[in-house]
Amino acid sequence: MISGLDVIWRNLPFLMIQGFLGFGQFVGGTVRLAIPAIILGFLLGIFIGLGRLAPQRWIRIPATVYVEFFRGVPLVMVIFWMWFVVPILLKRAIPEFWVALIAFVIFEAAYLGEIVRAGVQSVARGQVEAATAVGLTSTQTMRHVVLPQALKNMIPSLVTQFIVLFKDTSLASIIGFMDLTKAAQVVNNREVRPFALYLFIAVVYWICTYSMSRYARHVEQRLSPA
Amino acid sequence: MNYTFKWSVLWTGESGQWLLSGLIVTLELSALAWLLAVALGVVSGAFRTVKFRPLRGLATFYVEFFRNVPLLVWMFFWYFAVPPVLPEMIREWMFGHGLEFWAAVCALGVYSGARFSEVLRSGIQSIPRTQMEAAVASGLTTFQAYRYVILPVALRIIIPPGTNESLNLLKNSSVALTISVAELTFQTRQIETYTAKAIEALTAGTLIYLVLCVGLASIMSWVERRTAIPGLITSGGRRRR
Repeated sequence: MISGLDVIWRNLPFLMIQGFLGFGQFVGGTVRLAIPAIILGFLLGIFIGLGRLAPQRWIRIPATVYVEFFRGVPLVMVIFWMWFVVPILLKRAIPEFWVALIAFVIFEAAYLGEIVRAGVQSVARGQVEAATAVGLTSTQTMRHVVLPQALKNMIPSLVTQFIVLFKDTSLASIIGFMDLTKAAQVVNNREVRPFALYLFIAVVYWICTYSMSRYARHVEQRLSPA
Repeated sequence: MNYTFKWSVLWTGESGQWLLSGLIVTLELSALAWLLAVALGVVSGAFRTVKFRPLRGLATFYVEFFRNVPLLVWMFFWYFAVPPVLPEMIREWMFGHGLEFWAAVCALGVYSGARFSEVLRSGIQSIPRTQMEAAVASGLTTFQAYRYVILPVALRIIIPPGTNESLNLLKNSSVALTISVAELTFQTRQIETYTAKAIEALTAGTLIYLVLCVGLASIMSWVERRTAIPGLITSGGRRRR
């Protein structure tokens, strides 16, 4: 037990600064990958979600196929696709960071798109009619009336999905990205203390995801009427 | 783009055999993990709704800790960290019987169980309180009320979200390749390694997963219609991970 704490204490800078935050001699970092992945995935998800509700069939059908395809395939598979195919398309090697980021954004946008769609559908129809009646264009209606209200309804599912994405970043270690999981693996290869090391990173992940879900509950309560 | 396609790599050599054995391992792993996950999910989901605090606390700890940590970490934990602390006899047996496979079953089952638990809890909580009160009033014990009244209804209500979680379990089984379980994704990579034909190999693996997921989803939507409880508005349950 004591020697377990010791191995973590000695490797704490490597695990947390290199692995978790992503500063050091290797390209890595759980946080450094998770934050852009969440932001870009959400932006693409808005387009996919709105695309599924579009009246034009040439937008709606591709968006639906996109969502159904990526929800039927494991993320690990998508990561391998990006790993092998993007270099073939670009004719040069690209860093693991970009491979992982592209894979996460494309994959998670399918799930986030479904949340956006459900959120938009939860806004009362009268709101759209009222916005049209006061002379807003359909883009303005979406931008100023529907999306702000939809966003509020989406918050619980959205945060759940962000937590999933945060956990999924651990899969970037498969292609050699030096995130928290990979950092623990590297230390374990040298010191062979699997119990202490994997339990430690489990607790680090847990603290992050649990505080995200607590914060979401707090925001949800503040925004809900009554 | 100067990539030459050579689709014949999929049916020449041992590729077909590898894909088939990968598919079988994926199905075996998913089925065993599913049984474990359902058992853990039903028990802990029910515990989270009982009045007795220690049981509720234990179940809450299980759910909150296991589902909030990445599956990959659990894979490494069950594969590298658990066997050394097991008794000699069990360890010997496991090393002789595919340690990585059983570690993956535990990791996937315990992780997914925590997710099933949440599904079941919301199912139980959607049943009106009066059902429980009526059951107790007619002389059933708490256990009997759960066994004969609450759970049979809850299990039917949760078919849509439960299907969704089961499909997640199937897709998540691909993470087992990190501890070298020779499942479908692992075999796809193997074909790529031997033939250097990445796109063909990945296409084959991806199509198999798609067929599995779409097939299971349509079977379950049939089951859902068959077991729908008359008189309830079945919302359909949005698919979510």
